[in-house]
Amino acid sequence: VAANERRLLAETDERPYLALLRRGVSRRAFLKFSAAMTAVLAMPLSYAPQIARALESAPRIPLIWLRGLSCGGDSQAFLQPANPNISELLVSMLSLEYSEALMAGAGTDATSALANLKNRFPSGYITVVEGAIPTADGAFATLGGRPMRDVMSEVCAGALGTIAVGSCAFDGGLSASAGGLTGAVGVGRVVSTPHLVNLPGCPVNGDNLAATLVHYLTAKEFPPTDGLGRPFFAYGGLVHNQCERRAHFEFGEFVQSWGDEASQKGWCLYKMGCKGPQTFANCPTQKYAESSSWNVLAGHGCIGCTMPGFWDGMGGAYQRLPAPLPFLPDVSSDTLGMALTGSVAGLAVVHGGASYVRQWRVRRAKRPIETPEPAPEPVAEPTAEGVAQPAEPVAPAAEPVAQAAEPITAVDAAFALGEVATPPDALEGRPLAGDTPENAP
Amino acid sequence: VTRLVIDPVTRVGGQLRVEAELSGGAVGEAWLSATSFRGIETVLRGRPARDAWLLAQRVCGSCTGVHALASVRAVENALGLAIPKNARLVRNLMTATTLVQEHVVNFYLRELPDWADPAAALTADPAATSALAGSISDWPNSGSDWYAAARDRLQALVKPGASGPFANAYVGHPAYRLPREASLMLYGHYLEALDWQRQLVRVRTILGGKSPHPQTYLVGGMAIAPQWGGPSRPADGEHPSARHSPSPLSTTGLADIDVLISDAARFVSSAFVGDVLAVAAHYPEWQQIGRGIGHYLSFGEFATADTDPALLLLARGRVMDRDFAHPRAIDQESVAESVDHAWYDYPDLHDVLLHPAVGQTRPRYTGPALPYSSLNGFDQYSWTKAPRYADDPMEVGPLARLLVAYGAGSSYVTSAVDRVTFGLEGGMDALFSTTGRMVARAIEAQLVVTRMGEWLRELVANLAQGDLALVNLDAWDQARWPSSASGFGLAEGPRGSIGHWLTIRDGRIADYQIVDGSTWNGSPRDNRGRPGACEQALVGTPVADPKRPLEVLRTIHSFAVCPACAVH
Repeated sequence: VAANERRLLAETDERPYLALLRRGVSRRAFLKFSAAMTAVLAMPLSYAPQIARALESAPRIPLIWLRGLSCGGDSQAFLQPANPNISELLVSMLSLEYSEALMAGAGTDATSALANLKNRFPSGYITVVEGAIPTADGAFATLGGRPMRDVMSEVCAGALGTIAVGSCAFDGGLSASAGGLTGAVGVGRVVSTPHLVNLPGCPVNGDNLAATLVHYLTAKEFPPTDGLGRPFFAYGGLVHNQCERRAHFEFGEFVQSWGDEASQKGWCLYKMGCKGPQTFANCPTQKYAESSSWNVLAGHGCIGCTMPGFWDGMGGAYQRLPAPLPFLPDVSSDTLGMALTGSVAGLAVVHGGASYVRQWRVRRAKRPIETPEPAPEPVAEPTAEGVAQPAEPVAPAAEPVAQAAEPITAVDAAFALGEVATPPDALEGRPLAGDTPENAP
Repeated sequence: VTRLVIDPVTRVGGQLRVEAELSGGAVGEAWLSATSFRGIETVLRGRPARDAWLLAQRVCGSCTGVHALASVRAVENALGLAIPKNARLVRNLMTATTLVQEHVVNFYLRELPDWADPAAALTADPAATSALAGSISDWPNSGSDWYAAARDRLQALVKPGASGPFANAYVGHPAYRLPREASLMLYGHYLEALDWQRQLVRVRTILGGKSPHPQTYLVGGMAIAPQWGGPSRPADGEHPSARHSPSPLSTTGLADIDVLISDAARFVSSAFVGDVLAVAAHYPEWQQIGRGIGHYLSFGEFATADTDPALLLLARGRVMDRDFAHPRAIDQESVAESVDHAWYDYPDLHDVLLHPAVGQTRPRYTGPALPYSSLNGFDQYSWTKAPRYADDPMEVGPLARLLVAYGAGSSYVTSAVDRVTFGLEGGMDALFSTTGRMVARAIEAQLVVTRMGEWLRELVANLAQGDLALVNLDAWDQARWPSSASGFGLAEGPRGSIGHWLTIRDGRIADYQIVDGSTWNGSPRDNRGRPGACEQALVGTPVADPKRPLEVLRTIHSFAVCPACAVH
């Protein structure tokens, strides 16, 4: 160790590994951290040494954190990851150039940090966007007297890539749901950036954000994503398939009423309206705050907050979903999942419509990294068969919720894709053990 | 007259702009403008009332959970529903977690850069810092090695030319007067607070499933369930963990929470309170600055018994003209909002205040065309409405809560307050100020974190007695609801008094209005042209250098104004 390491420590070297050593993190702890990272990123443990090696030589990445229409929950979530934790991130891995939540300077002392970004950071910077972008007239979000959308467009265009954190930055979220007045949309709809990664969730799981940043730091690229720009490591599997209560579902053991004996035994929350069967996220495995808990573990169903349009498209927190598919181990968000997300977003247009799913697949084939589009645009577009096929017009979401069509289910979507032989109606509404008139489908 | 503009005001939640007219080196008049609007109230309309709390809690992601609380209370109020004792205790624990976490985070992450020069900390001597810290408290991380390491970590954030959150800090500003050793001690604790809050948040995560936006509230109680049979389950041959999923209220879960609470309490008592008092002691003139309007309102919080009306740890009431010896009773009927200076319309009505039960949210931007450089000359200048109590502007928050509770004679509160104000030069009067709000936050954090352990023990004891109820299902079935009902839910969050008002028709939300603590404190002028609490407190604030208006930030941050909450 001695001489050489001390010399390195004495220098104000910007490399994260050295910064960690300087603040007394042992080599052993550092490797442990690298191993934890491989776990979050769903990589085999054998990648840990590679991550460690890459981090040893990586310089700190400049990070610009912008906020649109948001509750600040994603900023708060950014303070929660354990490996690496926020002070390690700030001291060793990132240089947080702009963050309204944390920066000392205010007013022009703050906004000047957004000027000349390309010249100041010749090797590039990453932008994180939290919150939706309003597009309606009416100054619904401004920064320094300028429309927020303009600020974001400038900053994101020059970035190495943009990470949209939380459901609002993903597809507009709450402000964009029925009854919203601001014309809110997600980052991908109005801002162009060389590479967009979406980390939906209300709020984002801070661990997934930290892992995405570490992935960039080590691999010099963003993690692979599904058709909605969501990294596979976090959004590749159904909540239902990873849930610790899944066995109870298979046994027909359901919570029938809040606080009943079944709820004390931790049985399945499907009948209480859990959206796990239609939601792609790693909540059950990664959990929150050092794996302390997640929603279903704590006793309440999932609300589907990583899915497009979930506030409107999932039928309310306590409305029971139509019966989910039997266990499909290889279901990922890019096979069945694409159909699912499309289904939830498309609502009124797509019930039972295979053409919509086909269209979506064609779009994806053309643009591998895609921005989320809550609904298909009403224009004719060639299908896989090369025949122009007009899409149905999108019904305006005038009346909130009440008018929202019943979301199509995993079964519908799989049927549409030709992956399930049974027509949806045969499975929908099949009785489940312990059904009572009150909570029957 | 110089016009000063700060946009964005950083270290707040959401987009905030302040404009001020300076005369004679001090603020003569100030205007606070929230510059973004989300429209949660209109989004809520038409949704199932049982779901209301899930959407309403998205008002704020940092004072998280308290809007869910106010929202379920509003629905429970409309349905006349009481909640079980266990649910009351779990809600208390979750709200207290938010309060304590936000108070500490607000001081270190949001306020500290206003009072301590980060560059000064780099020049401090670790040994001298260690001696200083040791003389103030028994906090264990106080050796000179520890402070040398802390200084190195800060180096990466603060060193000249370094980039990061302190890049454009107010280094060398004449208004900084804290000795460099004190600065290093405080910034050392800044780094510790980052890790500390991560641990405390685990309490809310265990009880709420995740954080921010915990997800275990229910109309009627909590969705969280005790371990099967409870802690004293009779031995009947089936081991609870054999095939059952883990419960957050298992013996292990409850023990984890206990440890997390006592660790949190140690940092609050040993580091946080002393740090706040150190800042207050070095800036005595700030006990006269930022005094504000002198009217204080508190809806009260932390029911300590299952009675109706609830017995509250922090009393409900108001204090007028700083006369804290005589707090007055309040009634939510007297709350009303004006939009004369906000970007909203009350169609066909002018110059009126509307009670939230009949309130309206119709955005209408009438400000300058974008981009703009000043709001000067525009009558309407903010997305925040102007709430008033019995026609008076009020200050809410930790200071208001303590004053009302002090006057109400709660011995918990009077002893906690007296212990601290005894050491302040100005005594109680020192609390009516910018530093007074910081000190009130510290007192309250210590008061509440101490009670958390007691609530937890009460919960454990009650579960052990076989009372396993966490939810009252009398009104879960919507078929039994009246076709129309209305109610209100009051709560206290880190930033002050929160009220939710709603009307339910056929199980769905017909109308919903929210008045947040920051709506009160960050209020613009009202129909009679009277400024809001923070605007008024800014009057008279000295500004040494209009290009670097550090002093203005001090008072704004002392209110912890959150424009995202204020507008929602």
